[in-house]
Amino acid sequence: MSEPLTYSDEFLRGILAGVRAIAMVGASPKWTRPSYFAMKYLQEKGYRVIPVNPRAAGQDILGETCHATLAEVPGDFDMVDIFRASDAAGESVDEALALKDNKNIRVIWMQLGVRDDAAAARAEAAGLSVVMDRCPKIEYGRLHAELSWGGFNSGIVSSRRRRVRIL
Amino acid sequence: MSKDRKEGFGFETRMIHAGSQPEPVTGARQTPIHQNTSYVFHDTDHAASLFNLQTFGFIYSRLTNPTVAVLEERIASLEGGRGATACASGHAAQIMALFPLMDPGDDFIASNRLYGGSITQFGKTFKKFDWRCTFADVDETENVRRALTPKTKAIFVESLANPGGVVSDLESLSAIAREAGIPLIVDNTMATPYLCPAFQYGADLIVHSTTKFLSGNGTSTGGCVVDSGTFDWAANDKFPSLSAPEPAYHGLRFAESFGDMAYTLHSHAVALRDLGATMAPMNAFQTLLGIETLSLRMERHCANALAVARFLENHELVAWVSYAGLESSPYRDLAKKYLPKGAGSVFTFGVKGGYESGVKTVEACELFSHLANIGDTRSLILHPASTTHRQLTEEQRAAAGAGPDVVRLSIGLETLDDITSDLDQALRRAAS
Ligand SMILES: Cc1ncc(COP(=O)(O)O)c(C=O)c1O
Repeated sequence: MSEPLTYSDEFLRGILAGVRAIAMVGASPKWTRPSYFAMKYLQEKGYRVIPVNPRAAGQDILGETCHATLAEVPGDFDMVDIFRASDAAGESVDEALALKDNKNIRVIWMQLGVRDDAAAARAEAAGLSVVMDRCPKIEYGRLHAELSWGGFNSGIVSSRRRRVRIL
Repeated sequence: MSKDRKEGFGFETRMIHAGSQPEPVTGARQTPIHQNTSYVFHDTDHAASLFNLQTFGFIYSRLTNPTVAVLEERIASLEGGRGATACASGHAAQIMALFPLMDPGDDFIASNRLYGGSITQFGKTFKKFDWRCTFADVDETENVRRALTPKTKAIFVESLANPGGVVSDLESLSAIAREAGIPLIVDNTMATPYLCPAFQYGADLIVHSTTKFLSGNGTSTGGCVVDSGTFDWAANDKFPSLSAPEPAYHGLRFAESFGDMAYTLHSHAVALRDLGATMAPMNAFQTLLGIETLSLRMERHCANALAVARFLENHELVAWVSYAGLESSPYRDLAKKYLPKGAGSVFTFGVKGGYESGVKTVEACELFSHLANIGDTRSLILHPASTTHRQLTEEQRAAAGAGPDVVRLSIGLETLDDITSDLDQALRRAAS
């Protein structure tokens, strides 16, 4: 086993604050799948999430049309979120790297349990930010004190008053 | 300012801050008491997301409450765990801890030196669920290995046992649990996370009676289950509640969908939902206030207890003292290893003259309160054989360190000289 990965809260905050559109590779139309949970949550937080999955291509998932490949997604997206097994993640990373200038891709995010150090190194060498073995939903919730509502250890200590928008 | 969970803030900082940021809408600095049962949904889609566990948020205070959640995060942080579930009492926490693991007909192994109430709960009441408890003398760890069956789902011990100054060899027990593919559950009530970081020694789950040192002032009953987040519930087929499809959530698998959050989510979304042993917000608030001073209190509790134990060891009317902090204790080495900051403040001693002298000593105290609790700022005294351990057989009482001559003390934070003087006068009056 390789060393556990550590990412500073500042680094993760920066990514989550900068990204608007996310292509989610391995998104599922079944509501009990983890990818569906993450997609729905990220949508609620204002992100546009575009599902990518050849087995669900053409289907509607949470109001978005699912595409077979990253290349088929119309328009730009800032981040690729990979819901695939670790040994398949590299393929998605290379697909994203080939499209990075065309689609303005800046971030590769591999889900909890997904890790490919070699692919991460290729993406970083190409100038992208990389997160592995984390879930953007959990990290968003952790950094915005929502994870704490479920009794989870966020690791955050802060005496600053957060600014909240009253909608 | 925020640090990664790995680096972490110091224990004392987390006692005061973990889980409690300023309330963002009002700026209130101290944790608000959310004396409230239910939470308004934005719309039906938001409600559906909450009920499906797809988003974080509150539905109904039987499951989660904002004040209780602060306490949960604080205890999870102090123990170095992933998450925690607070509940109505320590005994509720024990049911809650085992609930995701046990099916009818399953068994678990528990130390025969647990708190008497736990022995009764495990040995008698759990039979009604067909949860079978095998009690073992865990000082001989081989006894535990021998008691394992294919249906054994957990090993349960106290890091420091109530009442007897007994320390469990957590690392050896953890090795056995790991081999068997089952979690080691540690009741860390008497030690608290300040004295014993039980996850570092291989515990997988920790339970607390927060009634004791965590709340600290004898104001609030409560309990808590803490998950380390490191046990793989899907590694074998022993734990279907966490690894198999959950019918009430349309076939969702907790371990797959929530990873290291699965156990704590299940504890709220299934165990509290259906067992209903929820902690009240006011009790969570009182317990949070207690925890803010935990390290200071524990240091003084331990210092006073050691001094009182030494005083009694040299007292002519005392037959023996069982305190793991004394050189004379057979648990001295285990205490040095697992409780280096102190061996707690609850211990027993034997009065010369047996049952009757024990009862009389307790009744002659003026400063010590005669009551059935531990871990208060006040010094407390009890004769276990006639009270907490009354429901046990004589054999069980002896094994649990609660024989006829045994007096249990919980040493408080009063002036040391006043504590020893009161014991001295009570022992003398009992002997006269
Ligand atoms: C070590 C220990 N565990 C569990 C309990 C049960 O806790 P509660 O009384 O909060 O239900 C107690 C209470 O005396 C205890 O001392």
